[in-house]
Amino acid sequence: MAKVFLPYQLKKVTNNEDFIDVQGKTLREVIDNLEQMFPGTKEHLVEEERIKPGLAAICGFSATRKGLLQELEPDTEVHFLPSIAGG
Amino acid sequence: MTINFDSKKDYSVIGTNPIRHDGYDKVTGRAIYGADVKLPNMIWAETLRSPYAHAKIISIDTSKAEKMDGVFAVITSKDIPINQKIDGSKSIKRDAENILASKKVLYKGHAVAAVSATDRNTAKEACKLIKVEYEVLEPVKNVDEAIAKNAPIILDDLESDHLGEKVKNSNIAQHFRHALGNIKDGFDKSDLIVEREFNLQMVHQGYIEPHNATAHWDENNHLSLWSSTQGQFAVRDLTAGFLDLSISKVTTFPVEIGGGFGGKTKVYLPPLAAILSKKSGYRPVKMIMDRVSVFQGSGPAPGGKVIVKMGVTNDGKIQSSSVDLKFEAGAFPGSAVAAGSVCCLACYNIPNIQVDAFDVLVNKPKSAAYRAPGSPQVSFAVESVIDEICDKMTWDKIDFRINNASKEGTRKPDGVLFHKIGFIQTLEAAKKSKHWNSPINKRNKNKIYGRGISCGYWHNGGGRSTVDLMLQDDGNIALNEGSADIGGSRTSISMQVAETLGISAESVHPSIPDTDTIGFTQTTGGSRTTYATGYAGWEAAKKLIDEMKKRVSILWEEPGSEIIFEDGIFISKDSKRKIGIPELASKINPTGGPVTSTASVNLSVAGNGFGVGICDIEIDPQTGKTDVVNYTAIQDVGKAIYPAYVEGQIKGGAVQGIGWALNEEYYIENDGSMANTSFLDYRMPTALDMPNIDVILVEVPNPLHPFGVRGVGEVPIVPPLAAVGNAIKDATGERLFETPMNPRKILEVL
Repeated sequence: MAKVFLPYQLKKVTNNEDFIDVQGKTLREVIDNLEQMFPGTKEHLVEEERIKPGLAAICGFSATRKGLLQELEPDTEVHFLPSIAGG
Repeated sequence: MTINFDSKKDYSVIGTNPIRHDGYDKVTGRAIYGADVKLPNMIWAETLRSPYAHAKIISIDTSKAEKMDGVFAVITSKDIPINQKIDGSKSIKRDAENILASKKVLYKGHAVAAVSATDRNTAKEACKLIKVEYEVLEPVKNVDEAIAKNAPIILDDLESDHLGEKVKNSNIAQHFRHALGNIKDGFDKSDLIVEREFNLQMVHQGYIEPHNATAHWDENNHLSLWSSTQGQFAVRDLTAGFLDLSISKVTTFPVEIGGGFGGKTKVYLPPLAAILSKKSGYRPVKMIMDRVSVFQGSGPAPGGKVIVKMGVTNDGKIQSSSVDLKFEAGAFPGSAVAAGSVCCLACYNIPNIQVDAFDVLVNKPKSAAYRAPGSPQVSFAVESVIDEICDKMTWDKIDFRINNASKEGTRKPDGVLFHKIGFIQTLEAAKKSKHWNSPINKRNKNKIYGRGISCGYWHNGGGRSTVDLMLQDDGNIALNEGSADIGGSRTSISMQVAETLGISAESVHPSIPDTDTIGFTQTTGGSRTTYATGYAGWEAAKKLIDEMKKRVSILWEEPGSEIIFEDGIFISKDSKRKIGIPELASKINPTGGPVTSTASVNLSVAGNGFGVGICDIEIDPQTGKTDVVNYTAIQDVGKAIYPAYVEGQIKGGAVQGIGWALNEEYYIENDGSMANTSFLDYRMPTALDMPNIDVILVEVPNPLHPFGVRGVGEVPIVPPLAAVGNAIKDATGERLFETPMNPRKILEVL
């Protein structure tokens, strides 16, 4: 079970919960299950089978480099955030 | 001075300062920079840039320029192949609009055409013959003007995202929010609330070497590129995107770089030189920006407005904070607002946070990264408010920060948890420092003095890197790495490989090959390279050891699994036989030919970095001139691979932060043009302006890296802005809320 923290603008979809427990062993499964729980969320997170451009998926402490293939340990925190570049 | 929290590791190479591998070439002038590249039959090109900050392009007539003697080709936006493609990527088309404008010019200096000619002067003269008819529009000069009712809309076709709502006809390209807890509850609980507004001007990275590119599109339809860049793979990929070419049709050759600091992560000239090369009979084409073009036409760090509200209780705890940050993206979306939204309150453990971040379009050049992009601006605001709170509550400024400092398990403003970090250790080192425990040296009774302290944060990067190793017959190691070396990475990667192999740093010979010769490696930026490419080097070295063990097992006719490798020596199970790497190398060929290894990584995690700056200033009350007379930078660096380089990075970052604080700004006229487009008028600090900067390295190893590396180059630019501002408050009794805090503003408050 992953703890999913959604972007602020999606919190209204999920009744303003800080996070939601979602089943899934990979990021893809978690997003698919999230869509089942809250229809319409997936289109905000995924585009053409990839994390949406401009968005980063944080799994645990930092942004995943495996995208939807990222394996998730039980109780991993997953955050969807604006992506950040460096100098 | 180094404070080490890791007593387990006893390194022989890491932590030393060997002769840098690129040193001789650089001090003798042999090193090849972009401007040094000369090819047979090479011609030159120049760009024509907009004289207006905001105008419609009614028409462009290039006919006279095309007929001029010595001119080979003239191009405009319609010549960029991606612009001809109906289904091309929107983001690449937007970037293409930045390198050559089509319908509108969006900042003064926006390129509208480019000309290739036999020499640079002919190309410049030909640019003057291009007739562009403009309809001048009202410029949008800052975020206040951009968000005002009835503001001129900069990008008519932009669909903005405002907290998830799709919005058209807005100069706010994006508004997003981070929220933790409930800020109202936190403020209700607070005994003191301070709310302040801060304004910052755009600043430039000020790299000495201007942007340049040499392109040769040959008859075989292959493009070769040389340019000053922080990432040769990014140049390849972006240029291929603009030209609608497969990346295999483009090879980028690395050259030395004369400063980047984030500003050379963007691509401006290579696609133009490439198109002109093809249109000029496949001749190589060179372009070099002059300084005015660098200021006007490349990406500075965003200015903007930051509003901070913070509430504390009498027990010295921060209960709640809100931050509203509006960054000037420039003429196209994509400022460092996302990073700023996390960095602003990352230093502190605050239960209730709301950060509203706005990416705002203005008629200025599209902003780019500059050391810890977004963090200096927001930290100036937050650390100034913290200073004011400490003054009002008469709290010790370091103890208050320690009392609220982030540590492992603290949530950043975006909700993500910190792993092991060293902020508290960094603050404690500052508290014990000689500087903090010494009085200010008030050397001149006619001047006034003050001391300020401030903190800063940057997350540091990870990402994709590749390193190849090859054992030479003489026992040395040839190393190829894919990272552009902008701050000594050839040496720092070599040292990590040498440490792993148990050999000297001088025994490793590093090179940076072209993009066809090494695996993909991301741009050098975000303080990722010593961490990620170093990690790849460590992995490649381990693979090399494994392969050498196999060869030793063949030589000794002993199972490889029983051979021990220790400090560069292979030892048999019974310890009777030993062979070092040089001797093994001389015997290697009969065991199976050359020994090589390669490693590629894609690291998802990095080492969060924190720094503290202590600053003493001296103000001349007659002129308002402020001099920094003593500055100490304290930073958790994880592990300093090459301490002299690390100190150099920290001192350089501190100087740039001090310049940002005191003098630097894009001074914008009413017509939207930048008034100070030379280093005479854009006042950066020189060596004569700076005192000695003391550096205290705190080493709390990053558990996610084999040697504990965190990344170094970004953090040190963050603390100086507020450290200087807080010192000015200490000296004058008045706080300044706008950068630069120049003599005019000082005199206004004295």
